[in-house]
Amino acid sequence: MNKGQTEAPHGAELAISRILKAGVEASLFLIATGSLLSFVQAGTYGSLPSDVARLTGPGGAFPRTAAWLAGGIVHLRGQAIIVSGLLLLIATPVLRVAASVVAFALERDRAFVAITAVVLLLLLASFALGGFV
Amino acid sequence: MTPFVFTLVVLAISCLAGLLGSLVGVGGGIIVVPALTLLLGVGIQKAIAASIVSVIATSSGAASSYVRERIANIRLGMVLEVSTVLGALTGALLAAVVPVRGLFLLFACILAYTAWSMFRRPTARPVDAAPDRLAERLGLHGAFYDRSLGREVAYRVSRTRLGLAVGYVAGVASGLLGIGGGILKVPVMNLAMGMPIKACTATSNFMIGVTAATGAAVYFMRGEVLPFVAAPVAVGVLLGARAGARLLGGMRSDAIKLIFVAVLVVSSIQMLLKGVR
Repeated sequence: MNKGQTEAPHGAELAISRILKAGVEASLFLIATGSLLSFVQAGTYGSLPSDVARLTGPGGAFPRTAAWLAGGIVHLRGQAIIVSGLLLLIATPVLRVAASVVAFALERDRAFVAITAVVLLLLLASFALGGFV
Repeated sequence: MTPFVFTLVVLAISCLAGLLGSLVGVGGGIIVVPALTLLLGVGIQKAIAASIVSVIATSSGAASSYVRERIANIRLGMVLEVSTVLGALTGALLAAVVPVRGLFLLFACILAYTAWSMFRRPTARPVDAAPDRLAERLGLHGAFYDRSLGREVAYRVSRTRLGLAVGYVAGVASGLLGIGGGILKVPVMNLAMGMPIKACTATSNFMIGVTAATGAAVYFMRGEVLPFVAAPVAVGVLLGARAGARLLGGMRSDAIKLIFVAVLVVSSIQMLLKGVR
């Protein structure tokens, strides 16, 4: 149990590194594609100065609903694609922590399974708590 | 300004913020929030929400290579994450009740602190301290291969409890203001906990993705993350930071640092005025 970082298995580090890279690249692609679609699709971003006020002002709260997001993705609506990319970006570190829990469990490092599990629970709690305030 | 021009302007500002930030060693959020609020009139809550999402992108990208090259101390990072994530949750929930004026004033303070910490010469020497029992028991000591020295650097970690406390404060700042918080953690990890500076920045980056995701989750669920604003910020900051990392090889100019400090000072004064007016 009392081992330094250099003795940790390299497989877990490689997995963590890959999750982070893949998550960032995929979300970047979704966000960029969604933005382009939002300009092309009629009635989304628009082309008037007053549209900027509408898009940055209050009342444009996101996410609207899970159904809005799912429907938007199915119909390839720009803003829904962007939101899915932003969600994937936020989820990437969560996946990284989840992978760490598994890695430490395989090592049978109980203290670190507990520590990483606490971090994972706090991350998931932040999604839940954010919905209440 | 049409939506298309607005997007291009935000993309350009974010790209520049990411580029400058990576050249001087801070995240882009510290510039993006003042630029969005002061120059483009975006609400500070929406600007902070967009910034915190971009922080995930840059730190995860950097952490990916730090982890692969084994410079980041993963075990220590995981332990300190417990407190930074708790702090970020506190900060992001506080942001819902802190008045807008208060956010401007706090942001002015963090800008002034960042400017000061970049300007002072690093005269302080790391304090020698015995490794604490917690670090011993959890096996937090580390080692990495330093390419510029051409040898393995091993180090022992001390004052883990202090690190946890500072991590909490950095987490609150991250959740409340949409920044990474490395500017608060790195000096303590380096000077008080006895870690080499490369291990400090790598480990801090590794942790910031998780810290920022906590804050971002709260802002997302509150509906503050606007796709129209957050999309160009995330793409711009990430591309700028990548270009900066590539440029970093040769240039380490004091002029860039000076320009950056000037931008921070001007933004700090402007944010202060917004807060008191």
